[in-house]
Amino acid sequence: MAKICAVEKKIKINGKEIIVCDETRSKLLCVLQEIQDKKGFISDVDMQDVADKFGIHPVEVYSVVSFYSFLTNKKKGKYIIRVSTCITCEMAGSNKLISDFEKLLKIDCGDTTKDNKFSLEKTSCIGMCDQAPAIMINDRLIGNVTKEKIKKILKELK
Amino acid sequence: MPKTKSAKNNDKLIIFSDIEPFSGIKKAIQSGRRDVLETVRDSNLKGRGGAGFPTGVKWNLAAAATSEKKYVVCNADEGEPGTFKDRILITEHAKLFLEGMIIAGFAIGSDQGFIYLRGEYRSFLPILEKEISLLRKNNLLGKNILGKKGFNFDIELRLGVGAYVCGEETALIESLEGNRGEPRNRPPFPVNTGFNGNPTVINNVETFANIPHVITKGAEWFKSFGTDKSAGTKLLSISGDCKKPGVYEVPFGISVKEVLKLCAGQDAKAVQIGGASGVCVVKKDFNRKIAFEDLSTGGSVIIFGKRRKMLEVAGNFLEFFKEESCGQCTPCREGIPVLTEALSLLKNGECSKEYLKDIFSLAETMELASKCGLGQSSAKAFVSIINNFKDEYNLLKSDNKRKVFNG
Ligand SMILES: Cc1cc2nc3c(=O)[nH]c(=O)nc-3n(C[C@H](O)[C@H](O)[C@H](O)COP(=O)(O)O)c2cc1C
Ligand code: SF4
Ligand code: FES
Repeated sequence: MAKICAVEKKIKINGKEIIVCDETRSKLLCVLQEIQDKKGFISDVDMQDVADKFGIHPVEVYSVVSFYSFLTNKKKGKYIIRVSTCITCEMAGSNKLISDFEKLLKIDCGDTTKDNKFSLEKTSCIGMCDQAPAIMINDRLIGNVTKEKIKKILKELK
Repeated sequence: MPKTKSAKNNDKLIIFSDIEPFSGIKKAIQSGRRDVLETVRDSNLKGRGGAGFPTGVKWNLAAAATSEKKYVVCNADEGEPGTFKDRILITEHAKLFLEGMIIAGFAIGSDQGFIYLRGEYRSFLPILEKEISLLRKNNLLGKNILGKKGFNFDIELRLGVGAYVCGEETALIESLEGNRGEPRNRPPFPVNTGFNGNPTVINNVETFANIPHVITKGAEWFKSFGTDKSAGTKLLSISGDCKKPGVYEVPFGISVKEVLKLCAGQDAKAVQIGGASGVCVVKKDFNRKIAFEDLSTGGSVIIFGKRRKMLEVAGNFLEFFKEESCGQCTPCREGIPVLTEALSLLKNGECSKEYLKDIFSLAETMELASKCGLGQSSAKAFVSIINNFKDEYNLLKSDNKRKVFNG
């Protein structure tokens, strides 16, 4: 796991020790990112714990979590597939890609497969427009995506 | 690691011109703070993130502030649709903008920098971490940098979490402080009241990448590129209907036509300059120039070929803004859905001339009354597309179906 902040510290969340950035208010987002990475979502209990750690109200933590699209309070798949639907990718066929994914994964965009392996989402431009259509799978940026490439990638991730 | 592609044109103008790594810092230390501030001001370098504020003015204000703590922030949130030039700088020229940040720290008297990297670029963290640890090893970061007593500076990496609006400087600061990334009212500007209430210089990655060149080669050399009002070069991120998409460094003052030639996109019927927040330029205006005084842009150039339906393009931009608006202020939050609805009326031939007039006046209100640049520019592309592509929709003749705002 890449280090996010220069100053790191061990704290306990749900009785488990995790490494977070030091606990000044400005690190709230880093701590939430860390939990999101470790568990794939931020539960109500986590939010209460974090609020206690920072001495703030859980509603404040919730309001931060709900603001950012990469933070979620629902469990998502092990692999989150995000398809860029901004204009260059749309022109290069992102809608078709989404329906290809939907068919291959047997889910609708926005949902997670039953085995909790894949979630499929739309996202804004991911800065790969020179290689449109582009997608992200977790942290990985992938450009020039085709149906064949999708099949290959999904197989590798199975 | 995603494949990246270096600058497409072989011209080595400014950013990609040869430079000995860290010669800028050495020169800065030699000539002193005041000289650095003067050189940056004399160079007429303006912010490359979109707004084009003079960098020298910003730095001088921060340098003059009497605060114990000051900060330097690199805005690497690159989220404007169609922009990817910072990706190339981060993955291939990290030394350059890191050096620019260190020079900024020296010039304004700050000992702490942040890089706010968009969450989508998270896979580039290891690159930046490696470069930063090398800098620390070589005493280019840390205490008494290169032996200069009292010149302390270090850089901390922070990750964004998928919100375009956090690229707006006050929202970015909110986010750095661990809050919802909601833009603040300006003034006060970050240069007075930035991170934790302290003076903060925020610049785009590309702005910082210009700095080492400006310092080592001088303001006059820098100004020999570009136009009178727009000194230097601009990195363009070119995508869409052209044969050679990619990042290009071009001198300010280049015409749209010349840009299309560079990327082999001469068949274009329209070009969107400045991303979703920019304007749509049509063939008759292809002689217009990329420059702060004409077509100002953070670098996004999206090309539309003959078969593209421009109302669909406008719809895509509106969808983007609807998704990314923070919802804090009414003109932006309520205006975008009204524009979206108007667009579908237009598509179905159900919009009257009078209603369109109402919509244009709403667009004006959004530009004037929105709190931040997102809302202020969210109607721009819509308006320019509706004005430029009258042949792609029909207006209702009579006004008996006139719609009125119901809110
Ligand atoms: C909605 C919105 C998004 C922005 N996104 C970015 C961005 O991703 N990168 C950036 O450098 N500037 C962005 N800006 C501009 C910044 O507010 C600010 O002007 C800039 O970072 C200043 O740096 P510069 O003077 O070097 O351009 C954005 C502005 C707005 C209104
Ligand atoms: S203009 Fe839009 S994005 Fe900006 S503060 Fe208002 S609601 Fe938020
Ligand atoms: S439009 Fe899809 S990556 Fe930019």
